[in-house]
Amino acid sequence: MDEILAQVFQVGFFAAMIRIATPLLFATIGELYAERSGVLNLGIEGIMLLSAMTGFSAAYFSGSLWLGVCAALLTGVLAGALMGLLTVTFGLSQHVSGLGLTLLASGLAFFFYRVIFGQQSTPPNIVAFKPVAIPLLSDIPLIGPVLFNQYALVYWALLLVPLTAFILYRTPWGLHLRTVGESPHAADSAGVSVAKIRYQALMVSGALMSVGGAFLSMAQFNAFTFGVISGRGWICIALVVFGQWKPWRSAMAAFLFAFIDALQLRLQASAVIDVPYQVFLMMPYVLTIVTMALLSRNARVPAALLTPFRKEER
Amino acid sequence: MKRAISKVAAPLWGAILALGVASLAPAMVHAESLKVAGIFETPIEEPWVTQIHQALLKGQKELDLDYTWSESVKSADFSRVMREYAEKGYKLIMGDAFGAERIARRVARDYPDVAFVFGSGIGPADPNFGVFDNWIHEPAYLSGMIAGRMTKSNTIGVVGGIAIPEINRLSNAFCSGAKEVNDKVKCKFSFIGSFFDPPKAKEAAIAQIEAGVDVIYAERFGVVEAAQEKKILAISNMSDQASLGPDTVITGPVWDMWPTVKHVVSLVRAGVFTAQDFGGFSYMGKGGAYLAPYHKFEAKLPGDVKKMVADRQAEILDGTFRVDVNEGTPRSD
Repeated sequence: MDEILAQVFQVGFFAAMIRIATPLLFATIGELYAERSGVLNLGIEGIMLLSAMTGFSAAYFSGSLWLGVCAALLTGVLAGALMGLLTVTFGLSQHVSGLGLTLLASGLAFFFYRVIFGQQSTPPNIVAFKPVAIPLLSDIPLIGPVLFNQYALVYWALLLVPLTAFILYRTPWGLHLRTVGESPHAADSAGVSVAKIRYQALMVSGALMSVGGAFLSMAQFNAFTFGVISGRGWICIALVVFGQWKPWRSAMAAFLFAFIDALQLRLQASAVIDVPYQVFLMMPYVLTIVTMALLSRNARVPAALLTPFRKEER
Repeated sequence: MKRAISKVAAPLWGAILALGVASLAPAMVHAESLKVAGIFETPIEEPWVTQIHQALLKGQKELDLDYTWSESVKSADFSRVMREYAEKGYKLIMGDAFGAERIARRVARDYPDVAFVFGSGIGPADPNFGVFDNWIHEPAYLSGMIAGRMTKSNTIGVVGGIAIPEINRLSNAFCSGAKEVNDKVKCKFSFIGSFFDPPKAKEAAIAQIEAGVDVIYAERFGVVEAAQEKKILAISNMSDQASLGPDTVITGPVWDMWPTVKHVVSLVRAGVFTAQDFGGFSYMGKGGAYLAPYHKFEAKLPGDVKKMVADRQAEILDGTFRVDVNEGTPRSD
């Protein structure tokens, strides 16, 4: 038991938790924008994968990681706009459009990766983002190395949560977005363009997911490989639900998942608890579901989620 | 008529080739090249699949194979793709059948004239379904001996994908190699629960390193990067991966499918192909497995460690030392 505690309460563990949580935070908050505007964005997994590829490729050829992030952002915005075209303009099924977008984006990712890099036995790599220590703050014991000696994108992710809470609840655009997600007809009567808000929400959503994908191929790892996303997008869909469609709670869900994932990796190596390793691998999923099921009993789904808005229809 | 003759002639010439007359007129012998197809469940970038693919590409040049392949063929599509190639006249179909073991065997039965040779966790099936696997536990054992001598913390680790027999036997061989030369060594094992998730493999490796591991076996992709970041030593897997970290990767087991491909092609050409377990062609003795070159570590490894490995390698090749195959799920010490 002491060995577990010794391993858990050290800087490395919490730093790992933050690293694991970062891509989840970006994608979860991205998904949150889409769903609060009334559109379920199941394109998440594909958008993350495609952006991981475009971001990595741009960084590989330009030598600039930030240009890579920009390329990923652009990919995400375009993919979000495509999702808007399908679900807002055409009013198609959000499930079908989203899954279709994921299939399309994944296919494009592998296709262009092969076209650009050919077939190599070891994947080409880049010099990935290095942790940036924030002066003074990084000297604080424990908290310093955990929170303030991280990749630049981690700081973005951490700032994203309060920023999103502010945007959603304290700005006119946030109010419009929430109204569009709850009652598009009311928003429409008030002169808010439902289509415009949903397009904007989807583009923001795609942009954030794309940074999550780029983080995986450019910071946490230094290459694009298939399997670099490995279902993390789907996890984020669940995290939004567990987070009751609220930014702080969704972020907490992401941190909880990452906490248990970092913990189980250390438990596997510690050999203190002798159970099949599959039990450890299950832990993040099971414990997140249990905790969130208990805490999220009074969740309210955005009322217009999954419903396309047509002006003439009541 | 002409066609019929060439159909008869091809296997005949093949038989002559197998008898060793080929060297007389190699260019003349293959009236037509052998049509070979590869069917892979993953993109060919997957390291396991890469090794098969590379060997077949080499065969394209050196054995006059007419080679095409399909990748990312999921279980649901597996039988369709197999049948398409068989119907199109491909004489040898290779690939990995781990996700479609039953399907692959069922389809093979319908095409008795086609040779099917698949990576598989189970046995061959008559009349025409042969199997192979990456039996590289011998160089994994040798790598373990190096790890056992190079560790300062007496803690070494393995990050694997999923605890399937193939991965278990490499992990176990690595650990027993280390324990043979250093009885104080403790082995740690982590599994990431998938075959390809480099960021997760990297996190698992970091977790082990923070728990004291200072030589780590990168059974999966992603581990070398962690070792490099944390400045410890690593053993690579499957191919020579020194380029990923020249100052990090000491060496590692390499799987070479070339002896398997060469042998299977010669059997098919000779018309004497039967369903067999070709796993033996992946052993060190046949050249199907070896220890990657030391590269930069040629100068860094102590002479007695290199000698110890070379001696044991000679014993393995002589057949006087056998590395035990242990496919049980390993547990961390």
